[in-house]
Amino acid sequence: MTRTAETWTDLVEDALLGTNRRASPGLLDRAAAATLVRRAGLRPAPAPETPAPAPLEGRPPLPAPAARRLAALLAENSSELLPQWLTTARRRGFAAPPELLPALLDAARQRSDLRADAVAFAGARGHWLAALNPEWRYALRVPVVESAGEADTAEAADDANAVWQEGLFAERVTHLSRLRRRDPAAGLALLRSTWATERAEDRLLFLDTLQEGLGPDDEPFLEAALADRAKNVRATAAELLSALPGSALAARMAERARRAVTFTDDGGLLVAPPESCDADMQRDGIAAASPTGRGDRAFWLGEIVAATPLAFWSEPATAPGTTAKAQVTVAPTPESVLARTVTPAWADEMREGWARAAVRQHNAAWARALLAERREVAHTRAASGGAPSRLLSVLPAVERASWTARFVADHGLAEAFQLLVTCPTPWPDDLSGAVLDSLAGAAGAGSYPWSHSGVLGVAERCLPFTAAPRIDALAAAATSAWAEVLSRLADTLRTRAAMLAELA
Amino acid sequence: MNDRWSTDHVLSLAPDAPSQKAGSKLAKPEPWSGTGASQEAVWGACKGSGSRPYQTVVALDGPAYRCSCPSRKFPCKHALGLLLLWSADTLTGADVPEWAESWLAGRRRRAERADLAAAPAAGGSGATGDGSGRGEGASPAAAAPRDEAAAAARRRRREARVAAGADELLARLADQLRDGLAEAPSRGYAFWDGVAARMVDAQAPGFASRARDLGALPASGPQWPARLLEEYSLLHLLAIGYQRHDALPEPLAATVRSRVGFTVDNADVLRAGPLIRDHWLVLGSRDSSDDRLTTRRLWLRGTRSGRDALLLSFGRPGTAPELSLPTGLVLDAELAFHPAAPALRAALGARHAAPSAPATPRPQGTSIEAALGSYATALGDDPWLDAWPAVIAEATPVPTDHGWQLVDATGAVPLFTPSPWRLLAASTGRPVTVFGECGHRGFHAVTCWTENGPLIL
Repeated sequence: MTRTAETWTDLVEDALLGTNRRASPGLLDRAAAATLVRRAGLRPAPAPETPAPAPLEGRPPLPAPAARRLAALLAENSSELLPQWLTTARRRGFAAPPELLPALLDAARQRSDLRADAVAFAGARGHWLAALNPEWRYALRVPVVESAGEADTAEAADDANAVWQEGLFAERVTHLSRLRRRDPAAGLALLRSTWATERAEDRLLFLDTLQEGLGPDDEPFLEAALADRAKNVRATAAELLSALPGSALAARMAERARRAVTFTDDGGLLVAPPESCDADMQRDGIAAASPTGRGDRAFWLGEIVAATPLAFWSEPATAPGTTAKAQVTVAPTPESVLARTVTPAWADEMREGWARAAVRQHNAAWARALLAERREVAHTRAASGGAPSRLLSVLPAVERASWTARFVADHGLAEAFQLLVTCPTPWPDDLSGAVLDSLAGAAGAGSYPWSHSGVLGVAERCLPFTAAPRIDALAAAATSAWAEVLSRLADTLRTRAAMLAELA
Repeated sequence: MNDRWSTDHVLSLAPDAPSQKAGSKLAKPEPWSGTGASQEAVWGACKGSGSRPYQTVVALDGPAYRCSCPSRKFPCKHALGLLLLWSADTLTGADVPEWAESWLAGRRRRAERADLAAAPAAGGSGATGDGSGRGEGASPAAAAPRDEAAAAARRRRREARVAAGADELLARLADQLRDGLAEAPSRGYAFWDGVAARMVDAQAPGFASRARDLGALPASGPQWPARLLEEYSLLHLLAIGYQRHDALPEPLAATVRSRVGFTVDNADVLRAGPLIRDHWLVLGSRDSSDDRLTTRRLWLRGTRSGRDALLLSFGRPGTAPELSLPTGLVLDAELAFHPAAPALRAALGARHAAPSAPATPRPQGTSIEAALGSYATALGDDPWLDAWPAVIAEATPVPTDHGWQLVDATGAVPLFTPSPWRLLAASTGRPVTVFGECGHRGFHAVTCWTENGPLIL
């Protein structure tokens, strides 16, 4: 073997030099012989160290049709269906087919929206595989177990700590939100531990995550953040504090509201917004100059009303400027407050402020009352109407859907997109019925399907599968462009139904 | 027993990627009506944009396709969609509609006629199945009687041209060697591409492709001089071998002729026999393409004889080669081996049944060391052989700093496969049965078997 190797080196040297420089009789014949000797004599090399095998999978394997579906969805990188497929498969506790793990990890590497579900579904075997390929490192930073109590083990805590200390910004935000959902105090403690060293724009987004599980315990931290170096951080802290009706900030705001709004003898509201924005107001997050198109005084008024606890308007004892003669014995409902006459110049600001307060303070009674008004005057006040979709988000799911169903029935789909996305899925019968009626109307009126593409996209995700036959019927009656759009919609619903049935 | 084809296999029948996609879109129940499947065929009617649904039927032994749609793709998306539905076990009907039965009956009659026609010769039927579909009906075995004398004259003319080509090739190799291989990188591709073109003119495609490959080797990374000298010496050996092929013993002379590029028609191979009937396990298949041709290599192993066989099928660029066999299933069929040694390349003769599930879940394998030994033995018959088929019983893929390795108890060889991560993931880091080609460059994996059955890599 050694002799052959030497001979071979000599042959290569001769060949490189060229036979003009060094005679080498029969060089190619000898090289062919040596080549064949080498090839015929090949033996396996010493084995390299083999990585430890993957942990055993305890979850049941996917049913075969579901595995085929997953392979197809991954191959076409389906942005519509893959997220729902992964969420469902993960929730139902199936194991990922091992041979699809590389495609799964590749897909989630490109699309961070898939990561949490993809990595959880990939499971311990996915973790094992990701540790061997630098391109899949991201998967190691997503905790394997999320919801189950196992996450509290020391090892998981170490992992979590590593994410917070070394993770990418988005991963840190995700981690903090999750922790906050599970254990608000622990989330606050984690954020405090590094707060002083975070960059201003990061502080802002981290602070935002405190909306999850916000409570009185957060007040001292938020109160301190009112003195933050960054203006946006200060404003966000103030907004969060105003969502805590018992906070000192809320009380200060109520006091400002008392000075700005007087209850008149005839039950009206006499509004006189502040003339200036003093240092204390600014410390509580109110900008000195209106950042919007509205005048400064209107803006200050809006900020004060939005941050004042809504109970303030309903408590007769604290109602501002109440005279003995106008003593109210029954606490006024939001409806009765809204029914009062308001100084016309400031009426819009008051309503806008109440609406923002209802959203911030998650006050369903106020949201319901404001929405009732909005619905009646949807057309005339659509522009200044603030955010009915945000008001809706305060209501229970079924109520959101039925309110939206009535809205769609009255006003069609043109303004409905934002409302529809707040509704629970699959849409209840009243809502899906109203949407389909409206689509039928639009198709019949000869409007362009693509002007409804936003609503159609939501409908694809949210209509119940049982709507497919009705959509088929609509398609059969429609002109060609609508027929195509509607059949595709029905097809997508059926594909979704089949896909979820496979995962049963 | 599950004889249905895998999704991967069905998709491999598609002529191109858009067809795969279009076929997948039709792989759902809604557009279909009157679907069904038997041992022989699958059928169904698919609603298209027109008023009349398209009638689609696929005979599984070919497969051969027939569809009333006007598509020029072959097989069309309807046939693919139907097969995908079948592969997902969603075709439940059993009554063959009249339109499908009449076509199937016609096929059966033609097959019988072809058998009869071929019987006096060797008892085989057509060459590589009748996947040509719409063009079928022409009996492949019943070739026109040829003019023996003219054919012999053509052969002599070609042999003279190839011999002149071999002379020129030897002269070029000697030229290059006189100046030294150190000059090779500065010559680039052009020199050997020119030689390759002259070898094409000399009707010696085997010389041409080897000459073309020489041009790329100086850019192939460290150790290129050694690789270049190896290939120089083997091409030199082949040219010398051709000059003297009249004096070589017959199996070796046939090997030299085949390496130079003289082909023998599958039909002639089948006619010459002997025909070997066996239950052939489809070990795997792999397509490769250059700008002129897509080549499909299909490896079979006789479950009774233990013999390995290689079928080749060709297609124009962008079209799938005609022959397609489902990996992991067993084919009751007759094969005849081409004359070269060692016997590997074969022609597919009569098939006696549609592919079915094998008796054992995975093929029997050997060690990496034994696979290299088989390669060495085969090299004794064909010095130009790069690799030899092998099933490794318990192999683990391992990523290392110097690329992938396939490892078993006897050691390691470099591993090549289009998606080694897929192989590693499927193995979960534990030994799996792997089929591939084992040779002097390492192991090129094609198929692996896990507890869930065969997986195309």
